[in-house]
Amino acid sequence: MIRVLRYGLPLLLGTAVLAAWEFLVHHYDVPVFVLPAPSAIWTAFIENFASLMASLWTTLRITWIAFALAFVSGCAVAILFSQSRLVEMALFPYAVILQVTPVVAIAPLILIWVGFERISLALVIIAWIVAFFPILSSLTLGLRSADANLTDLFRLYGASRWQRITRLQFPGALPYLLSAMKVSGGLALIGAVVAEFAAGSGTATGLAWRIVEAGNRLEIAKMFAALGLLSALGILNFYALSALEYAFLHRWHESALQKEI
Amino acid sequence: MTIVVDLKGVTKKFANGLAAFGPLDLELHDGEFVSLVGPSGCGKSTTLRVIAGLLAPSEGGVAFPQGRPEIAFVFQEPTLMPWARVLENARLPLDLKRVPRAEANARARRALHRVGLEGFERAFPRELSGGMKMRVSIARAIAAAPRLLLMDEPFAALDELTRQALNDDLLRLWHEDGLTVIFVTHSVFESTYLSSRVVVLTPRPGRVAADIRLSPPATRDAGYRLSREFADAAGQVSQALRDAMEHAA
Repeated sequence: MIRVLRYGLPLLLGTAVLAAWEFLVHHYDVPVFVLPAPSAIWTAFIENFASLMASLWTTLRITWIAFALAFVSGCAVAILFSQSRLVEMALFPYAVILQVTPVVAIAPLILIWVGFERISLALVIIAWIVAFFPILSSLTLGLRSADANLTDLFRLYGASRWQRITRLQFPGALPYLLSAMKVSGGLALIGAVVAEFAAGSGTATGLAWRIVEAGNRLEIAKMFAALGLLSALGILNFYALSALEYAFLHRWHESALQKEI
Repeated sequence: MTIVVDLKGVTKKFANGLAAFGPLDLELHDGEFVSLVGPSGCGKSTTLRVIAGLLAPSEGGVAFPQGRPEIAFVFQEPTLMPWARVLENARLPLDLKRVPRAEANARARRALHRVGLEGFERAFPRELSGGMKMRVSIARAIAAAPRLLLMDEPFAALDELTRQALNDDLLRLWHEDGLTVIFVTHSVFESTYLSSRVVVLTPRPGRVAADIRLSPPATRDAGYRLSREFADAAGQVSQALRDAMEHAA
């Protein structure tokens, strides 16, 4: 029953909103350049299917590459931090600077440094900057939260540093890491979109650029279609990472146990 | 008797220089079951950690005249890895010592069998009761075939029946393996039931107030808790504890 409600209710609500939207647009004769009806958006989606899909692929690729880089580098630096307070003290402020500086503000600089002829690389770097920090900070905290008595036990049995990381700290930090990955996955997409907006001009070919382009031409239906795809991509990322979290934690972690009820 | 652990003038001070316990002089013999009893805060747990080498004493030292024995430690909480199955938890000491997987599995299985957990190898800790988790913790301790078993109020959080069952299991393991056990507890009855020797500590700073030898616990049976002998021994330990408290006050 709960399961039916969980999927049924949002679906029902969505359908109702779409129907009302369609009806109101026709009823009040809203101009298509202000608010197109869902049917018009669908038509625009089908008409521009090839170019939209190409753009989707571009944005998807940049998001995923940036996310993968953020994951690998975040894990590496977090493990480094957890092993040495000195390294952490030296580097952490810079990680914070990277995080707190609005990415829109650094994006133009990065675009100039990397060059417009290597636009994909520039976009990946910008998206990486945004996605990196949650992984770093959560995993650092997680690695440091290992049970004190278990840590003593590892010492008693003469565990090596590597054994302590792989058998105690990392498994214990998994809930932190997986939760950070959900945040980071969403941020990678936002970073990719912001980067494309900053890049402007015809060099970028992702969904964000489709939105800018369609907006300039007052093709509002196409704009909505691109926007819808962007949301779908974000939702897909989120649920894929949630599924990953469940797969890793459901057998032992409290957070996943409550979901079973 | 052969001395296994020799504490000489062991002292532990707080950061502010106040003495937490000591100086403590204590000789522990091979095959003894020694209980450390005392009011909370007298440094019983700290003593165990110093013996295990997990904590450095402020002064004095711990000597192992026979060489450092294989040491196992059981905490008040089961302290299991929640992400690992029961077998992997019991196997931990062997894994950390890089014992080959097949041999480690066999030894961990045997340890689980000895604490009555056969058939639970693939369970996760969260699926077990408090008593069963503590059994896994004990299985992990004996899996590496220790000579010296240090236990820090291991059964304090368990209900009375579970506690008594685990007391008897522990005595059986102690007897079968010829272990030396140092057992921290605040329960007079538990210490009396289990031990061949009860060391009573004074309140902070903890020192030895009384060192009581009891009849060897290999002779315990179900009726022992109701016997005159048990009552007398418990009375003796209880009186020593009361003396230690008053002496300090």
